[in-house]
Amino acid sequence: MEEKRDRKIQIVVGALKLFAEKGYYRSTIPDIAGSLGMSSGNLYNYFHSKEELAQEAIRYISSYLAIRIREVNESKKSSREKIEDIVRIYFETARDEPQMIDFFLRVYLSNREVFSDGCEGMVCVNEFITEIMIFFEEGVANEELRNQDFFTAFGLFMGYLGGMVFLYGERMLPKALESYIEDISENIYRALGV
Amino acid sequence: MAEKKLLLWLSQLACNANAHSLLNHPSLEEFQKSFDWLYHPLLPSLSSLDEILDNYEEMECDILLIDGALCAGLSKKGVRMRDMLEHFAKSCSHILTVGTCATYGGIFSAGGEDRSGLHFDGEKRLDGFSDFFEKSISLPGCPVHPEIVVSVITALAQGGSLPLDSYRRPKEYYGYTVHDGCSRNEYFEYKIDRHDFGHLEGCMFYEHGCRGTYSAGSCNMILWNGVSSKTRVGEPCHGCTEADFPTRGLWRTEKHMGIPARLPLGVSKRAYLSLAGVAKAFRIDRFHRRILEDEE
Repeated sequence: MEEKRDRKIQIVVGALKLFAEKGYYRSTIPDIAGSLGMSSGNLYNYFHSKEELAQEAIRYISSYLAIRIREVNESKKSSREKIEDIVRIYFETARDEPQMIDFFLRVYLSNREVFSDGCEGMVCVNEFITEIMIFFEEGVANEELRNQDFFTAFGLFMGYLGGMVFLYGERMLPKALESYIEDISENIYRALGV
Repeated sequence: MAEKKLLLWLSQLACNANAHSLLNHPSLEEFQKSFDWLYHPLLPSLSSLDEILDNYEEMECDILLIDGALCAGLSKKGVRMRDMLEHFAKSCSHILTVGTCATYGGIFSAGGEDRSGLHFDGEKRLDGFSDFFEKSISLPGCPVHPEIVVSVITALAQGGSLPLDSYRRPKEYYGYTVHDGCSRNEYFEYKIDRHDFGHLEGCMFYEHGCRGTYSAGSCNMILWNGVSSKTRVGEPCHGCTEADFPTRGLWRTEKHMGIPARLPLGVSKRAYLSLAGVAKAFRIDRFHRRILEDEE
């Protein structure tokens, strides 16, 4: 069981790299299997369709980010410091594992039909959203962040980061992504702080 | 036949709702046959309040029921109520604090610093009557359900044991939350408020201030007048059995960035939000229609 799960993760990681190179729609199951040195038939033992693989991929990315943000949430830092930590996690992921954020922005958010049956609403990114909610809730409870609707705050925070990473992916940023962390964190704090 | 137990109901700063609530018990007449009241403000009693005030030092009771918030300076006919309470508390077998005011201070304690419950001032444990703590049982509620009063007295008279929680509330009645048995549980499960006051549909936890998921009580299992409860008629639970009652903004859910500031009893934020995220992802049409409206 454990072995099968590990193998599934290996397939997801390989598929994400291929999607980033070729694009999601241009990558076929034989392409993905080939890139991993396995047969298509064998890959079907793990995923019955490309949609199922895509859904597992978004859950994997959500969990990857959630584990790291959870550590931030469980620290004793102020909301201002936590914002900077979360921005750093997001940007470092974009730099070190660009295929993950690329999939999130270009496939998950742009092709909802792939996720309509099995990833309704935000179910498949629930782990990530939960950690962001906990960060916001505690910021308000500690009177560091201004109380408002969740989505107005979420859109400001994640929309901003997504936009910057998109520009980075398009090679339109003149400086290294991490050099923006401090100013962006300050902007987010000023926008969301009390 | 065993000798009838002698009950005494002593009101402090009280609105008498607990005394009136008791009159609604469907088997009150049967109950009355089994017990004698040394004094109750509304029921036939062996003595008048005047007689008790004049001669209390020669009197005793088996079960002392205290209603209303204690007030340090309260006296009646020159008798300090505190002295009289202490006298009966010493000789009785059991003390029942009937209602939220006698238990924690409740609404009356908001009117002065010198007011509290018998053993608690809100959540804070008091020392004043601590010698009697072990013989005390708390029956909070605003008012307390008559079934709880009658059943607890009957159980004590029969020598039964009652497991208690840290506020000395009998777990049989307060070991649950008001959410248990709520007819709106399906709406809670799928995180749908969609409630209009007085209507059958929707869970009132998300917008309307319902405290049922974190308030001890069996209001939705032992129904009021055998048929109803606040949540069943479309009113949120106000948490009247709890030490912080009454809070402010009773009809509004306090939220932090859209997330309820208080979560169901014992449920961690991460557990609650994870489940809520999954539940909210699905739209179930049945929960968005009026229950009594015609089907298309």
